[in-house]
Amino acid sequence: MKAIYGLYPDPESAQRALNVLERAGSDLGFKDRDIAVLSAEPYEEYGFGQLDHKTRMPWLAALGGVVGGLSGWWFVSFAQKSYPMISGGMRLVTKWPDGIITYELTMLGAILTTLITLLITSRIPDWRGRKLYDPAISNGKILIGVTNPPEKARDELEKRLRAAGAETVKEFAR
Amino acid sequence: MEKTPEQINQDLLRPLYHASWRFYLTLVILGSLVAAAFFAWGYQIYNGIGVSGLDRPVFWAFYITDFVFWIGISHAGTLISAILRVSNATWRRPVTRCAEAITVFALSIGAMFPLVHLGRPWLFFWLIPYPSERGIWPQFRSPLLWDFFAINTYLIGSVTFLLLPSFPDFALIRDRASGWRKKVYGIASLGWRGTPKQWHRLEMAMRIMAVAIIPVAVSVHTIVSWDFAMAPVPGWHSTIFGPYFVAGAIFSGIAALIIAMALLRKLLHLEEYLQPIHFENLGKLLLVMSLLWFYFVFAERLTTWYGNFPSEMAVFWVTQSGRFSKLFWTMVFCNFIIPAPILAIKNLRAKIGWTVVASIPIVVGMWLERFLIIVPALSHKYLPYTYGTYKPTWVEITITVGTFAGMGLLFLLFSRVFPIISIWELKLGGQKKPEAAPALASQEVAAEQP
Repeated sequence: MKAIYGLYPDPESAQRALNVLERAGSDLGFKDRDIAVLSAEPYEEYGFGQLDHKTRMPWLAALGGVVGGLSGWWFVSFAQKSYPMISGGMRLVTKWPDGIITYELTMLGAILTTLITLLITSRIPDWRGRKLYDPAISNGKILIGVTNPPEKARDELEKRLRAAGAETVKEFAR
Repeated sequence: MEKTPEQINQDLLRPLYHASWRFYLTLVILGSLVAAAFFAWGYQIYNGIGVSGLDRPVFWAFYITDFVFWIGISHAGTLISAILRVSNATWRRPVTRCAEAITVFALSIGAMFPLVHLGRPWLFFWLIPYPSERGIWPQFRSPLLWDFFAINTYLIGSVTFLLLPSFPDFALIRDRASGWRKKVYGIASLGWRGTPKQWHRLEMAMRIMAVAIIPVAVSVHTIVSWDFAMAPVPGWHSTIFGPYFVAGAIFSGIAALIIAMALLRKLLHLEEYLQPIHFENLGKLLLVMSLLWFYFVFAERLTTWYGNFPSEMAVFWVTQSGRFSKLFWTMVFCNFIIPAPILAIKNLRAKIGWTVVASIPIVVGMWLERFLIIVPALSHKYLPYTYGTYKPTWVEITITVGTFAGMGLLFLLFSRVFPIISIWELKLGGQKKPEAAPALASQEVAAEQP
């Protein structure tokens, strides 16, 4: 992967840089999806922090809960029927106590599904370190750049990133 | 003066790199107490459960008291943190990680006690529901099995709740470290980069987890209360035991959280981050819980007294004016008479020292409460000829003391591995809001079109 990026000291200049890149995409030959934004904290109040705002995570968590609950109910019923204890004519599969285990497994299903969804959709774990990153981010800098930019546009991109307020402009290749 | 991100990083990562001789001395003392507890447990395993004070009719005593107490303390963290997250209380930011860590450690210590309590702990796996070769499945109608499911769900949820917001902080340490630290934190951060997508997913996951973990936490202590309430033992068979236990758990949890925060503030020099306002806000919660605790205790006793069943009254009087009365009235002093006035007076509540003075007796009082629920009831069951007594042995006392030391030890070690305050969340709290959120270029273009 190759990239050119600028490091910005504050969210205002980062937002300016993003606006510049969005406008420049058609002129310089890259797409919006090639624009990279990295920061050490979420900036939900700013446009660049809202680049990805759609997720089905809550629905998947609910689905995970339903699956967990149904599995719990099936497991308990199956176990009770498999070992038919002498219960003096009372029901073998007891709804009230079984409801407690069903409830716990419903919540466990929702929790585990949330965790798995987070890991898959955030593409972590990823220990290969081949993706665009700069450790300066952890000191509060915001990275705005373009991945795999067209060769002929590099100089122009660097100029525009600097004009938007970048403290430094760097290239990344791995 | 406001701190820069770099200064915040330096302040909060300092405990990971530097420790004073006091830290190591505390570590050695606590470690010795934990080692003594393990020795006592080993002694009990080797010689049998008879070395404890457990005897007919009191088969549940110190160990089950410790179990209920530590499960209660675990409500400090995840539950409080989740409630503060859901209610978007901004002052929570420096508090949440400390609280979540308490949950994980207290829950792990509490969950150990059913094993300590087992005469033959190597058969613990009989608690796990599996189709054994004898064809006997566990009894799903038993609250003890509900405990297994509830505690494990809460533990998994709490560990997840603690770890999820730690990934960005691990990435921060990775970026600043070298050598083995860089490798270890590189693995622990899971390759976190901080893209808008990752941030959005993480925050969404935390919101879902916060909503999911509250009912789980409530269910855990309700189920622990049902270990007692489902049994027809005088003083136990009560419909309000669920909420009574949950309120007590949150009460003791907040008190433990205040003590832990005050110690860490002093030991790790976090005075600028854990400020009096955080203790004052927790003090307000503690006051509410103290009043609620008193309400439940009064309601529970009044109903028993009005019912006037001989078996219930035997337990009632033994705690009010009999053999256990000193413990009972100490509990009332510790949980209500000492802390409530301190916390009700704003000038006292606003001082960290006074909130700690109010919290320490609460931890003692809540341990006594668990003991007073269990032992007087078991020693006074229905017919006077079954009445008995209970006296703890050195084995039980050592193990109990060891768990308190264990909690401190785990916390100290935790503070050397994790930033004790969530760094990115703290920075987020200090983030300046844009006057008008700058729009994306694409949005601007769309707005310009007729």
